[in-house]
Amino acid sequence: MIVEDAVSPKAGYASPIPVRRTHLGDALASEWTKIRSVRSTMWTLGVMLVLVIGVGALTAASRTDSIYVDDPLSGAFAGLVLGQVCIVTLGVLVVTSEYSTGMVRTTFTACPQRVRVLAAKGIVFFGLAFGLTAVAATLAALINYAAVSTEEPPIVYDGDPVDMPHYHEYGSESVTTGDWLGATVGASLYVALLGLLAVGVGALLRHTAGAITTMLGFLLLPLVIGVFVQASGSQDLAENLIEYSPLNGLASLYGIPMEGSADNGWTLLILLAAVTAAVLGFAASVMSKRDV
Amino acid sequence: MIEARGLSKRYGDKWAVYNLSFDVRPGAVTGFLGPNGAGKSTTMRLILGLDEPTAGTVTVGGHPFRRLPNAPRQVGALLDAKAVHGGRTARAHLKCLAQLSGIPDRRVDEVLDVVGLLGVAFQRSKGFSLGMSQRLGIAAALLGDPQVLLFDEPVNGLDPEGIRWVRELMKRLAAEGRTVFVSSHLMSEMSLTADHLIVIGRGQLIADTSVKDFIERSASGYALVRTPDEDQTATLTTALTEAGGSVEALPDGALKVTGVPLPGISDLAHEADVRLWELSPHSGSLEEAYMALTQPAVDFRSTTDRRAGLLQELPPPPAPVLPQSSEVLESEAAR
Repeated sequence: MIVEDAVSPKAGYASPIPVRRTHLGDALASEWTKIRSVRSTMWTLGVMLVLVIGVGALTAASRTDSIYVDDPLSGAFAGLVLGQVCIVTLGVLVVTSEYSTGMVRTTFTACPQRVRVLAAKGIVFFGLAFGLTAVAATLAALINYAAVSTEEPPIVYDGDPVDMPHYHEYGSESVTTGDWLGATVGASLYVALLGLLAVGVGALLRHTAGAITTMLGFLLLPLVIGVFVQASGSQDLAENLIEYSPLNGLASLYGIPMEGSADNGWTLLILLAAVTAAVLGFAASVMSKRDV
Repeated sequence: MIEARGLSKRYGDKWAVYNLSFDVRPGAVTGFLGPNGAGKSTTMRLILGLDEPTAGTVTVGGHPFRRLPNAPRQVGALLDAKAVHGGRTARAHLKCLAQLSGIPDRRVDEVLDVVGLLGVAFQRSKGFSLGMSQRLGIAAALLGDPQVLLFDEPVNGLDPEGIRWVRELMKRLAAEGRTVFVSSHLMSEMSLTADHLIVIGRGQLIADTSVKDFIERSASGYALVRTPDEDQTATLTTALTEAGGSVEALPDGALKVTGVPLPGISDLAHEADVRLWELSPHSGSLEEAYMALTQPAVDFRSTTDRRAGLLQELPPPPAPVLPQSSEVLESEAAR
């Protein structure tokens, strides 16, 4: 049965293959094929897995049984800091590789609905990044949990009312569900959102090196500037810079914030989501109007 | 059908395309000609919605390209064969394009077969030769079995078999009632393939006619006449000039005659008692017609290489040895 589309051009030739309106699902299938079929995906995700699990295992190994550890799951943090660079790189590449190879013209000729293409890229990338980062982060957290000590927790004698929630518990029992959630789902969401932000930045800058550098700057600069500002005296500004820096956001989810309280983790995650949404929205509107 | 009305595009303060209005009709191969930098690629990009026109409109089948709900099913295009991700296999490339418009997988294998790339379907496209990349691009254009086809230099890099295949393909597509819009520099190919021509230069429309009219209009056809010796040639020249024709003598002794039909030349020769060794018609070629028309509109004109920049100043010649006073010379000679 031939389904004639409502907007069919004047007859001269009619294809015997049925035609139908396209939708986001088509774009999602296409983007999934695209992301699966290039080596850079394998490389970035492979390196991410190695880094997160590897460094997590190293941290766990360095925390031998004879030392009490307060936040056992936080050992996975260091690996994830490195792993997030891989995710950010993949996020940028998902968009900028199309521009650098010229494939973007082929894509936009095959699908002139540009916002749909960007949305599909974002969704597919986010799903893949979140999924794999969650696997890696969970493994790293498990390894660190397994390595934690069964020694009696130390007693603090400084006289202040001690705000240690794990005061009377052994290391291996001090981990709450909240800690697990933060170290697995929370951390993976955070990293995947950073990757999504990278997709937006890539779509805006259309240049691989520029976008990756911008994202690295975003990750590192607030913290670095905060540390320097601290040295020069302006405490408030320094605290704010460090508290809201992306690295602190990740650290808070692991319960080891550099600034502010550990409960801020999820708030900072929502803040990152808002920033990412804004950048992606802006990228979508620019992409729509700009010449390819 | 592609319709352009007053299409204009400015980049900065340069008008790449200005006030273009033309129709590309179905059922014929329309050639798109113009010198380098004339605005052919820009026009194609404007048709495909990759760039927004500064003024004017262009529609495909009555609708702007970006509003088509399933674009690859209506319009297939080959703009740049190298616009593919080199790390992706040919099959994956076509598959992701097919999926964008809901085209089933088996169609991908079908078009790969049509263009002859089925054997290399699982090779990464960065290893492809230029010809293979062109074929992949043509496959992508054919994927949706579209009504309208745009090709920008499709035979670039193809071997003679490939060129002939593309020519046959375009003619077949046009015969099926599709709209085929081809831009090319290969005049010989164009004259064999195209039925209608749109010529632009410096962003503006220069001609929009059939190929036959285009060649005839440039009036570059002539008759080549050869006689046994110079005397007879001179006699014939006089007779032809008196009859109203114009005669040009060629270096090898032949005559280029315009203005008198072939039978007329034969009659005049007979009357003047001149024997003809050759009397052949030469119709103007598309290349000559095109060159004559676009000469004023060429942007990038080459010149000879004078190599002046490589000339170096030679070191000054050694000072000439002045002859010493004559006594010294004589005493030296005496010794």
